[in-house]
Amino acid sequence: MSDIKKLDGKVPAGDIQDKWDNHRFNMKLVNPSNKRKYHVIVVGTGLAGASAAATLSELGYQVSTFCIQDSPRRAHSIAAQGGVNAAKNYPNDGDSVWRLFYDTVKGGDYRSREANVYRLAQVSNNIIDQCAAQGVPFAREYGGTLSNRSFGGAQVSRTFYARGQTGQQLLLGAYSAMMKEVGKGKVKSYTRREMVELVIVNGKARGIITRNVVTGEYEKFSADAVLLCTGGYGNTYFLSSNAMASNGSAAWKAYKKGAMFANPCYTQIHPTCIPQHGDFQSKLTLMSESLRNDGRVWVPKAKADKRAALDIPEEERDYYLEEKYPSFGNLVPRDVAARNAKQQSDLGKGVGSTGVAVYLDFADAIKRDGIESIRAKYGNLFEMYQRITDENPYEVPMRIFPAVHYTMGGLWVDYNLMTTVPGCFALGEANFSDHGANRLGASALMQGLADGYFVIPFTLGNYLAGEDLINQKVDTSAKEFDEALTESEARFTKLLGINGNKSVDSFHRELGVVMWDNVGMARTEESLKTAISKIKDIRADFWKNVKVTGTADGINIELEKANRVADFLELGELMARDALERKESCGGHFRDEYQTEDNEARRVDDEFCHVAAWEFTSVDKEPIRNIEELSFENVALSQRSYK
Amino acid sequence: MSSENLMTLNLKIWRQKNNKEKGEIVDYTIDGISPDASFLEMLDILNEKLIKEGSDPVAYDHDCREGICGMCSLMINGQAHGPEAETTTCQLHMRKYKDGDTIVIEPFRARAFPVLKDLMIDRQAFDDIIAAGGFVNVNTGNPQDANAILVPKENAELAMDAASCIGCAACVASCKNASAMLFVSAKVSQLALLPQGQVEADERVKNMVLKMDELGFGNCTNEAECEASCPKGISISNIARLNRDFLKAAVTSND
Repeated sequence: MSDIKKLDGKVPAGDIQDKWDNHRFNMKLVNPSNKRKYHVIVVGTGLAGASAAATLSELGYQVSTFCIQDSPRRAHSIAAQGGVNAAKNYPNDGDSVWRLFYDTVKGGDYRSREANVYRLAQVSNNIIDQCAAQGVPFAREYGGTLSNRSFGGAQVSRTFYARGQTGQQLLLGAYSAMMKEVGKGKVKSYTRREMVELVIVNGKARGIITRNVVTGEYEKFSADAVLLCTGGYGNTYFLSSNAMASNGSAAWKAYKKGAMFANPCYTQIHPTCIPQHGDFQSKLTLMSESLRNDGRVWVPKAKADKRAALDIPEEERDYYLEEKYPSFGNLVPRDVAARNAKQQSDLGKGVGSTGVAVYLDFADAIKRDGIESIRAKYGNLFEMYQRITDENPYEVPMRIFPAVHYTMGGLWVDYNLMTTVPGCFALGEANFSDHGANRLGASALMQGLADGYFVIPFTLGNYLAGEDLINQKVDTSAKEFDEALTESEARFTKLLGINGNKSVDSFHRELGVVMWDNVGMARTEESLKTAISKIKDIRADFWKNVKVTGTADGINIELEKANRVADFLELGELMARDALERKESCGGHFRDEYQTEDNEARRVDDEFCHVAAWEFTSVDKEPIRNIEELSFENVALSQRSYK
Repeated sequence: MSSENLMTLNLKIWRQKNNKEKGEIVDYTIDGISPDASFLEMLDILNEKLIKEGSDPVAYDHDCREGICGMCSLMINGQAHGPEAETTTCQLHMRKYKDGDTIVIEPFRARAFPVLKDLMIDRQAFDDIIAAGGFVNVNTGNPQDANAILVPKENAELAMDAASCIGCAACVASCKNASAMLFVSAKVSQLALLPQGQVEADERVKNMVLKMDELGFGNCTNEAECEASCPKGISISNIARLNRDFLKAAVTSND
């Protein structure tokens, strides 16, 4: 165990309010006329990637962006519904930078880095100003000012929104800012490209290898820095609310090249998703948790009550969240709401044909506010629900169940968003730093845009100037590029050559079931050990029996999927391993062995008030668990309570 | 939940190896389809079967499967995104069909959108149009407080209606002229309705329309098929606004 490293988050000195301002002053600057001499690669064009690409290009850097979709506008940030938080305090209800900071640290169950969270709260207001200036059509009041709503367990109304399509509108804002730079010839946008390797020269990230998914060609790109803005790894579970192509491969390549992976076990299971309906199901659909502002969650009091919802009288219904958490009621944080739904279903009180669902009932809200008022607030969500389930939620309660939604873990980054590989940065969901063990609603959009618009433009310049990279140019003729390209090509050739008898998806589904059953909402030492051993078996079977049709040239979707699933089969094991070693419960990581008398998460601060940062050794050897100590100087560690 | 009514379907699917070779319609029969499956899950089941047989699965674009990313497309029995109003293909469910139905599935077709393989097309042209002017020219920095820009609620709502466009290209595929007017007008309208977009309004509309023409999209002849096929219900009143703004820009231009 003597190999354990203690990582330094490089948090600047001083009072928490002053850290970012001081740091901005202390960081080195790149001379304006020198910026164009630097080339920056941005992988992924969601909120973090598009905002970073636009801003860095505006500053004068040469930027190339890469995305796997046919357009940068399609990144999965687009699917975020509810909103984006900021500490504007427009409604005058007591919000402040400090309160947003405090709520986010507490909501993350004291497992995030305080200084990062404070900076996030500080720049949150700039994000709203920036997006408004871009023409993002936020919801407005009659007087023309911006509307706010309360969201995801917050007791102030700090969430800005654009109907139920906030992610779409913020992403289109960032995309248009980026396309403005594309039009000027300053950003080069590469679409339908998948990053298949990170290239390291003299210990620094200096480029990537991509596979052009239309032609099958491998391409080499060199740069002075590489920004990974590639989202999370929720699709390890096969079924999740993530888009079909969302994957963990870019981060995983970086991990295998020396970037440590932090807290992989912190996954968010979102409480309000449409339940699974069959074995052919390809993904789960989330409905904004804003629904919990008006919907009441309940199950029948009796077990295995098969009556239709409307036939169950009021006194035989168990509004378990209102009962158990009188002050937050249906608005408890996501992890608490999700875990309670699972508990009810495990007790045999689940509803619907599968018994794996709970009701979310709008009858009282409709009686109180009128059907039109509910339609105005949630019309699009109700339509979506009806389209998928064929049931009318204005008449019968919705059936909901938790589903994998977001991953708080990700590449370890320091305060400057740099991974443990110099020159390789991680932004947005791809990094780990701001949400601790649980992310609050409307905080993902805030973090993605904070990283891209307001953090990386400063910290990247500091790195470039500090390393004097201007005098260390590297181009794609360096042997490291050829080695990386050969390595990637060999991997794809190997996948095509196995020619077994099971489809890629069948392995992915198999992995998903193991993950959901054993590394899901409630984990035990036994389930995690089972998961590790089963995942190893599936991985071995995959490399023997997977069948990838077609050839390496041209479009081959099966080959693309196989490459991603191969990585999920390693990532899943690391998630289980991290969950096994973290012998406590916190936020989205719930170990049955560590709970309070009220079945709430019981942290073990003496032993686990730290970030676990995993270091790759080799696929078949155990990785090394390094740590970064967390200290809470401004928000005192306490047991979260939402009662 | 009517999972007992499993269906057998006849599929006629456009297969095309790449953008150089000619394509053709190929017949498939598929059984055991649940009415609760989505249209794309039905295609997944077909592909799973093709893979087992060792044949090449059907390539089609899709990603979020929540009707918001704009990646999915498909002409289904001649209708963009299929028969259900204001619904993307990924949100279409098989309960719209009955046992024994024949379904013809083709790619979106337009000169500006070459077929890449089977049902996948290249929509780069839409990105090019946005890069020509679909933005407010403001750099990241310290803009004024968001509430310093007041926007009448009605305008904010209309701008949001227009901004709902997902860039899927159903409008182009449904138009006999393969015009991109609905797509372009949605972006022009969103920004024309907001104070933030006023400064460059003339330049924007001119540049975007010029780019659209240059890329080989056709003219609008008021057939309104675009509006009928739009999965987000974008109104053709946006085209009227674009025409007004374009005319105004042309008349007042200094060029």
